[in-house]
Amino acid sequence: MQIEPREHVAAWRIALAPVAAVFISLLIGSVLILWVGASVLEAYSLLVKGAVGSSFALTETLTRSIPLIFTGLAATIAFRAKFYNIGAEGQLYCGALAATFFGTGLITLPPLLMIPFLMLVGALAGGAALAVPVMLKTHLKVDEVVTTLLLNFVILLFVGYFLEGPLKDPMSMGWPQAEPIIDEGLFPSLVDKSRLHFGFVFAIIGSVLCWAMMRFTVWGYEIRAVGLNASAAKFAGINVNATVIRTALISGGLAGIAGVSEVAGLKGYLTLDISPGFGYTGIAVAMLAQLNPLAVILSALFISMIYVGADSMSRAINIPTYIADVLVGLSVLSILVSVMLTRYRVRFR
Amino acid sequence: MALLAFHNITKRFGSLVANDDISFSLDRGEVIALLGENGAGKTTLMNILYGHYTADEGYIEVDGQKLPAGQTDAAINAGIGMVHQHFTLAENLTVLENIMLGTESLWSLGQKRAPAKAKLAQMSKDYGLKVNPDARIADLSVGERQRVEILKALYRDARVLILDEPTAVLTPQEADSLFKTLKSLTKEGFAIIFISHKLHEILAISTRVEVLRRGKIVGSIETEKADRKLLAEMMVGRTVERPVLEQMTIGKPIVELEDVSVEDKNKDTSGIPKLNQVNLTVHQHEIVGIAGVAGNGQSTLADLLSGLEKPDAGTFTLLGNAVTSASPADIVHRGVGRIPEDRHSSGVVGEMMLWENLISEDLRHAPVSKAGVLIDRKACLERANKLIDAFDIRCEGPEAETKLLSGGNMQKLILARALSPQPDFILANQPVRGLDEGAIAYVHGQLLAARKRGAAVLLISEDLDELFALCDRIAVMYHGNLTPSYDAKTLTTAEVGLMMAGTNHSEQTHSENTNHSVTTNSGNEEQPHAN
Repeated sequence: MQIEPREHVAAWRIALAPVAAVFISLLIGSVLILWVGASVLEAYSLLVKGAVGSSFALTETLTRSIPLIFTGLAATIAFRAKFYNIGAEGQLYCGALAATFFGTGLITLPPLLMIPFLMLVGALAGGAALAVPVMLKTHLKVDEVVTTLLLNFVILLFVGYFLEGPLKDPMSMGWPQAEPIIDEGLFPSLVDKSRLHFGFVFAIIGSVLCWAMMRFTVWGYEIRAVGLNASAAKFAGINVNATVIRTALISGGLAGIAGVSEVAGLKGYLTLDISPGFGYTGIAVAMLAQLNPLAVILSALFISMIYVGADSMSRAINIPTYIADVLVGLSVLSILVSVMLTRYRVRFR
Repeated sequence: MALLAFHNITKRFGSLVANDDISFSLDRGEVIALLGENGAGKTTLMNILYGHYTADEGYIEVDGQKLPAGQTDAAINAGIGMVHQHFTLAENLTVLENIMLGTESLWSLGQKRAPAKAKLAQMSKDYGLKVNPDARIADLSVGERQRVEILKALYRDARVLILDEPTAVLTPQEADSLFKTLKSLTKEGFAIIFISHKLHEILAISTRVEVLRRGKIVGSIETEKADRKLLAEMMVGRTVERPVLEQMTIGKPIVELEDVSVEDKNKDTSGIPKLNQVNLTVHQHEIVGIAGVAGNGQSTLADLLSGLEKPDAGTFTLLGNAVTSASPADIVHRGVGRIPEDRHSSGVVGEMMLWENLISEDLRHAPVSKAGVLIDRKACLERANKLIDAFDIRCEGPEAETKLLSGGNMQKLILARALSPQPDFILANQPVRGLDEGAIAYVHGQLLAARKRGAAVLLISEDLDELFALCDRIAVMYHGNLTPSYDAKTLTTAEVGLMMAGTNHSEQTHSENTNHSVTTNSGNEEQPHAN
């Protein structure tokens, strides 16, 4: 077996890679379903039905995609500059904490100002959470994968302290949760009688803005140039450190907004379980979208479909919900292989 | 029967035919020079021979035996030895260990040591390749390392040696010694394939020249019957004009370095200061050349003048203003056009489009961007189209991916970016490395035109022919020291060669600046200590 680089990478191959990856992951996943003793077709049709089969299912899927779009964008922007931010989970909680701090009565503004204000402070908090790791990276060459990953646990404990202490809701009957966000700060609902909130619109706008930034602005140019070839970027006069720091702040900000949206859009108050690992799943979203901000929307929708669908599938037949994690993991592995196959050909002889 | 024979080798990469029906053979005692422009297919052919690639059609015979395709082991066993351009030696091991590595089983390195040493000593003696088997590679000079590479191939009982651009890293004297070795090897019955683009070397060493153009053998000629001009024409397919240096009066000084030093901040390296009290002045209307064996501080000098390094001591004056901090953007803004040593790693971002690489040096200025925020794509594309025309960049258009350009066209892109703002100072670091004759002539023409218009040019090159053809003055770098510059017309290649090896150019007759003490600058026998 020999692996040779392709001279030209056809556009259709690049477009097809994620589709193939999804197909392959479902195929491998079906082995596990068979192993449990269930019918593959039944399982997958229950999964699809559970994800998009009713208006309730559909709105649930869309709702679940909101934080994934934001954390997916956070990973996309950072990874484009080859800054491997693995800390979106912690930044999400920082954003949520900031929204709770300012949004539970400290400041009251009309909704039209209050919501953007909460998003702004959430973004700043998320960015601030990345400030130290990025400075360590640019000034002391400390590996950001280690610092951002470990900071997640620090931040989670920090949030736990606030929820048990200063920010604890006296009405919570002992549960570690914060006071609810004031009405002015809550995101309006998007569809009646569903949990789908305005955060979805913000997420779409966020994706389009990120795409436009990457494509049309000097910042986007610099992020791409630094990520693709930092020494050429430096030689041309681009300030590589400034670009990496800026990218990190944007990335942390996007993750922070994910936290604001979960608190002010979905739940209404901060608890320690607002995110079942959205920060980490965002990395999978970004990989599946091949770091394209617009494709992040589709990829987040797909992954949230898997999660929401797997929930209802496991209720209907005896398959553990963990199948969702397996499928998402498989799809990330498959996309890496598919992308490699767009650039290289394998020859057998 | 021929020792090695290529039979109708064809290799396609997609629509590109890299090797097209190539046949030639090689006998014992022959030195075949493989001559061709970049991308002519020399490397592909050698990779097929060495088993890295499989030919689509055709086959290779060694001693009449068909060589299995695509198997490096088979090639080595058949007696094919490759001496790579970039050495493949482990620096922390000794010569003997490096030679045994990969040949002997790792389990028996201990016991095989003595016989291996004896074999090595015998080979050293037989072929005049003197080297201490117990010396660590890190302590060897480049010429000695190359000897180790050759010995490594011979140790594996190679009968055909392939040398890929072997003189690129050698001083002229070291190259001469290499040629002597090669001649003695051919007397012993070895066959040699010599890949080079330096015509005078090919004329000096080879017995026959095979000229490749666009994947085809376009000519095969006995070296006795060939001359420079003929070979150049065969290679390019048309007549090649050599640049003529027009007589000119120099203008005001543009770049002045006074006792500039740059320390080595990396504690792991040998601790040689990267630049040691360098003095240099470049005026308007002149090209100053910097000669030297690779790795003697030329890169640091280039980094300093590109804005990537700042002087740790001494003064760096550019157009009358001191440069004290390292900022490529600032250097460009002050009127420096820079051609980097390595196009791929620091010249362009290969995955970005052509037009994007053309704007990388003035992103935040009009007309490239509006208010330094939004890139004006339309204006950039217009400018790219103009530059593509003006600099004759052969491409599919401004939106083509940059890495798809050939070496010459990529260099033209960099020239377009660096020279179109009409810089006062041009730093050209190895501007023609790896380019074909046509592209070389183009780059040289551009540098001469800049000189004529009044720019100051600093040309760093390892190719002495290039320096003598283009430069008004030449200085030599050795271990971070720079010699005074000498008038190129009164200097000889041999003198420069000696200075490249660190020998004092004591007869100061050529110095253009007589009150300059030579001893402070070069030939310091004492090597800086490791720390």
